[in-house]
Amino acid sequence: MTMLLEHRAETWPDTTTFDPLAIRRQFPIFGRNPGLVFLDTAASAQKPRAVIDGVAEFYRTDYANVHRGVYGLSARSTARFEAARETVARFLNAADPSEIVFVRGATEGINLVAQSWGAAFLRPGDQVVVSELEHHSNIVPWQMLRQRLGIELVVAPIGADGGLDLAAFERLLGPRTRLVAMTHLANVTGHVVPVAEVVRLAHVQGAKVLLDGCQAVPRLPVDVRALGCDFYVFSGHKCYGPTGIGALYAKRALLDAMPPWQGGGDMIRTVSFAETTYQDAPQRFEAGTPDISGAIGLAMAVDFMDSLGRAAIRDHEAALTRYAEVLLAEIPGVTLVGAGGHRLGALSFLVDGIHPHDLATIFDQHDVAVRAGHHCAQPLMDRLDLPATARASFGVYSTEGDVDRLAEAIRAAQRLFGAATR
Amino acid sequence: MDLRDLYQDIILDHGRSPRNFRVLAAPSHFAHGHNPLCGDKVTIFLRLEGERIAEVSFEGKGCAISTASASLMTEIVLNKTLAEAEALFGHFHGTVTSDTASELPDALVEDGERLQPLAGVKAYPARVKCATLAWHTLEAALNGGGPPVPVKTE
Repeated sequence: MTMLLEHRAETWPDTTTFDPLAIRRQFPIFGRNPGLVFLDTAASAQKPRAVIDGVAEFYRTDYANVHRGVYGLSARSTARFEAARETVARFLNAADPSEIVFVRGATEGINLVAQSWGAAFLRPGDQVVVSELEHHSNIVPWQMLRQRLGIELVVAPIGADGGLDLAAFERLLGPRTRLVAMTHLANVTGHVVPVAEVVRLAHVQGAKVLLDGCQAVPRLPVDVRALGCDFYVFSGHKCYGPTGIGALYAKRALLDAMPPWQGGGDMIRTVSFAETTYQDAPQRFEAGTPDISGAIGLAMAVDFMDSLGRAAIRDHEAALTRYAEVLLAEIPGVTLVGAGGHRLGALSFLVDGIHPHDLATIFDQHDVAVRAGHHCAQPLMDRLDLPATARASFGVYSTEGDVDRLAEAIRAAQRLFGAATR
Repeated sequence: MDLRDLYQDIILDHGRSPRNFRVLAAPSHFAHGHNPLCGDKVTIFLRLEGERIAEVSFEGKGCAISTASASLMTEIVLNKTLAEAEALFGHFHGTVTSDTASELPDALVEDGERLQPLAGVKAYPARVKCATLAWHTLEAALNGGGPPVPVKTE
C-alpha cells in the first residue's frame, strides 16, 4: 500500500498541497459509501462538508429574506448574499460584483442572455455561431430564438481530433455573426476549446461571445477579463456547490443595456398599474426571492476550490486524465472518443461488443459510477455516429486508484460478455 | 443480485447474434421505437395475414438487453394471433415491472417461460425500458405505425 501511494504521489505536481485522499475525507459521501468509485463529476460534483454544513449553519444563524427587512437578521442575510456575489465576481475576476447575476444554473444563464440580450439586439438574418461540441443547453435556447426572431444558427465543426476546428470556425465568421456561444470544455469528450482565440476571432467581426463554463470552472482557473468574453455562465452543482444555483457573468455595459426577462419582486424600483420602473443590474435580472442559501453555498464552494488552489486542481485533473488515457488505451477493445485532442477531466470511451448501457450496469455492480448515454449532446453523438458512449469524469477527490478500479470493471465486463474483443 | 441473473447466456447470445435482424421487404405494419434517454433505436416490421403475424423482423441499435428482448420477441410472436401477441406483452410487462405477471392461456405458457430470462431486469429499474422498447414498438406498429414512438419509462 505504501509503495502504491508513493508511486501515485510521483505523478502529482505538488503533493504537499494537493492530496486527493485527504480531500476525499472532506466529502461525507465517501465516508457513507466507502467503496464508491465516483466517476460522474461532469454530471454533478459531490459536496464537501464545508458546503453541506455551511448552508445548514447559515439557515441556523443568519437566514431571512434579502433586500427587504429593516431588521438586523435580514440585513445579515442580505450582507451574506451580496458577499457571495462578491466572492463569485472575484472567482471569475469580473470587474465588479454587479456583473454577476445569480441564476438557477448555466442553462438559465444562457436562456437569460437569449431572451433578454438576444431578443433586444438580434434581427432576422443575424447569425449565432455554436459548435458541434455543445450541450443541449447551448443549442436549444438559440433554436427557440431562431423560431421567434428568424435569426440563423451556424454550427462550427469539430476536427479530426474531436476538438473545435479553429480554422473552420474562423471561416464561418462574418459581418452577420452577432454572437458566438460556445463551450469552454466539452462535456462529452473533455476537449478544451481554445476560447481566448475564439473570443479574439469573434471580436474581430464585432460579435459578442458567450462561454459555457460548466465543465471548465471546476477544472481550470477562469479569468473572464483575461479571456475578454462578453458573457460567461456556469452551474454551482458541477463545482462542488448546491444544485439550483449558478451565475451569469456579463460585462456591465451589456447588462445595463439589456431589458428584464422575468418580472416580479426585487427587480423593480417602483410599481404602479400605469407604469413600472426597474432596478439596475444585477437585481433587474433577479425577479422574486432568490436562492439565498444556494448563492451562499456557491460562494462556499468556490472558496473551497480556491483553498485547494485552482492551478493545483487543473494539474490534478490533467495528470489523472493522462493516467486514464494511457491505462484505458492499454486495454484491448477499448476506444477513446476523440483521442489526440487536448482533454481535461472527462473521457468518453467505447468497449467493442458491449453497449455503454450494459457497461454502466456492470460497472455499477463494481461500485463504479459512470455516465452512459448521449450526455445531453445528441448533435455531437450524431456527428460522431455513436448512439451512446460511456464517460468517466474526475473531480478533486478522484484518484488513480479510481481509474484502476474502472479499468478492472472494464475487464470484468469483457469477461462477462465472453471475450467479445477477441 | 448477481449480474449473471441479468446477463444470462441466452441474453448474451441473442444480444450478440440477434434473430430476425433484417428489414422486411413488404411489411404490412412497421414502427420506429426510440428511447430518448439512452439513444436506443429499434424498428419493428410485421406482415400480417388476417389476424396472424406471418412475418416479423427488426433492426436497430441498442444494448444487449434491448437487442436480446427484440430478438426473443420476434421469435415468440411469429405465427401468433394479434390477441395472443397482446396477451404475451401483458404478461411480459408484468414480469419485468412487478411480481404479478398476468396469467397466460395454456397454449402460451411455454412462450411466457421463454421470456423469463429477461425477468432479471426487474432488479435494475434503469434498464426495464431497455427490455420493453421492442414490445412497445410492436404495439405501435400494430396500432398503425406512424412517427417514432418515444418509449414509456416504466
